[in-house]
Amino acid sequence: MSQDIYIVGIHMIDFGRYPHRTPAQLGAQAALEALDEADVTIHDIQAVFSGSNYTTMIGQRILQQIGQTGVQIINLVNACSTGASAVRMAYTAIKAGEFDTVLCVGVEQMTGLGMLGGAAPGAIPTEGILGSATMPAVFGESGIEYAARTGATQADFAQVAVKNHHNATMNPKAFLRKETPLDMVLGAETIAWPLTKLMCSVNVDGAAAAVIMSEEKVKQRGLMDRAIRIRGSAMASAPWQERDPIMHDVNGPTRLAAEKAYAMAGLEPRDIDLVELHDCFASVELQHYENLGLCGEGEGVRLIRDGSTEIGGAIPVNVSGGLLSKGHPIAATGIANMYEIAQHLRGHAGERQVDGAKIGMTHVVGLGTSAAVHIFEKA
Amino acid sequence: MRDPFMTSITDLPRPAFPFITIDDRGRPDLVAQRCTACGSTYADSQRVACARCGAREAALETFTPAHEGTLHSAVIVRRGFPGVEVPFVSAVVDLDGGPTLKGTLRGTRGFEPEDVATGQRVRVCFDDALGRKDKEGNSYVAHYFEPVSA
Repeated sequence: MSQDIYIVGIHMIDFGRYPHRTPAQLGAQAALEALDEADVTIHDIQAVFSGSNYTTMIGQRILQQIGQTGVQIINLVNACSTGASAVRMAYTAIKAGEFDTVLCVGVEQMTGLGMLGGAAPGAIPTEGILGSATMPAVFGESGIEYAARTGATQADFAQVAVKNHHNATMNPKAFLRKETPLDMVLGAETIAWPLTKLMCSVNVDGAAAAVIMSEEKVKQRGLMDRAIRIRGSAMASAPWQERDPIMHDVNGPTRLAAEKAYAMAGLEPRDIDLVELHDCFASVELQHYENLGLCGEGEGVRLIRDGSTEIGGAIPVNVSGGLLSKGHPIAATGIANMYEIAQHLRGHAGERQVDGAKIGMTHVVGLGTSAAVHIFEKA
Repeated sequence: MRDPFMTSITDLPRPAFPFITIDDRGRPDLVAQRCTACGSTYADSQRVACARCGAREAALETFTPAHEGTLHSAVIVRRGFPGVEVPFVSAVVDLDGGPTLKGTLRGTRGFEPEDVATGQRVRVCFDDALGRKDKEGNSYVAHYFEPVSA
């Protein structure tokens, strides 16, 4: 019989600025905490799936810090879906029966990188000629496409930032922890209209790690008390669409991954108690309400206007503060989203706890494009 | 005096992107590819196969796209990379009959949201690539969008 797969230890470091630490040290810190929570040591780990977009061979560098056991390490670069990809690979590797205890780590050191994006290097710089390749412009264009279809306004987008920044005031691990009323969000520097600075996620340093284990091993080690069952684990790339990749499609891959994850879990959107989704920019959160099936087509605007996605609403979204508040250390984000869900399912989320949370969903999407959706349940 | 018929093509401006072609008199135009199997269009001239149906290179035909289209989406860029002049409008345009092109929309009345309203008609024009040159000093020709109403 096919076994369930569990997260038994998971950790994210406080996201922020660590100019005097190396990516390997940040990853090691997250990994050791995850190992401790899982009550295992590095010597119990049979394989490592690790990821970083800006540091090569990050898994080896981390094990050089915490234990060079000689196990298989596979390093991933999959844009903003890198951390979730590591968990997805651990899931399939354990399902295949080859391992029973696997470590996943995502790390990014981004202080000083500046605004992300940029065209592929060519004969001449193309920014300002080929429009803009900055992430705020690219996601702004996607948001304007959504607005033209649904009637969403800049204020609707800004309200996402208001909500998520409010949530982050209750999350000590978030980088940006202050209330940002609507007029403050709309009045902030415009980066690429309709997006102001407070509607963009922040480059930070961060790391997150998880220990993934087979059901048999969880029982053998007596770890069911902390185990989080992975009910669904799915990824997708961008299906052909007439404008992609001239205009990167973050909707199609998210929809495909969500459909697969729901089917795998045997669940429907109404079964989900909270969602941590990829709000790299405020506008795209509304798009993902629809992409993840949290509402019908064109109803994303209603969800933010009527408070459905606030804490205490019908389907709280980004209770952690989201990427907008935590910061977005690219490869760490996927596992950090899972960390938040694990806290709620265990009832450990403190002030921002979603009462009675039993089923949680995580989502990330990296441009290029790769989307990952996971569904979790407390064992 | 140089014989105009002996102009070396290496002296002419070069196309900034693979969907721009420059003839031997230096006149730029758009070039695109269409899949004869499924009809998909691509802002490219050197595709390996069709990304929609998988038809191989032999099924891809080259065509000259329309120089007018509809503004699908646009943002007003106010913070750019160092050295890039702002504001400017980054635009996604569906050319009539395809393909979709990204580029800079210039000639708008201003830089307010109403100036970049989606659905408006735009045309393609060609101009020097903002004076940018490559390491050998070659000039480049780029495409720009302009409002048809302007």
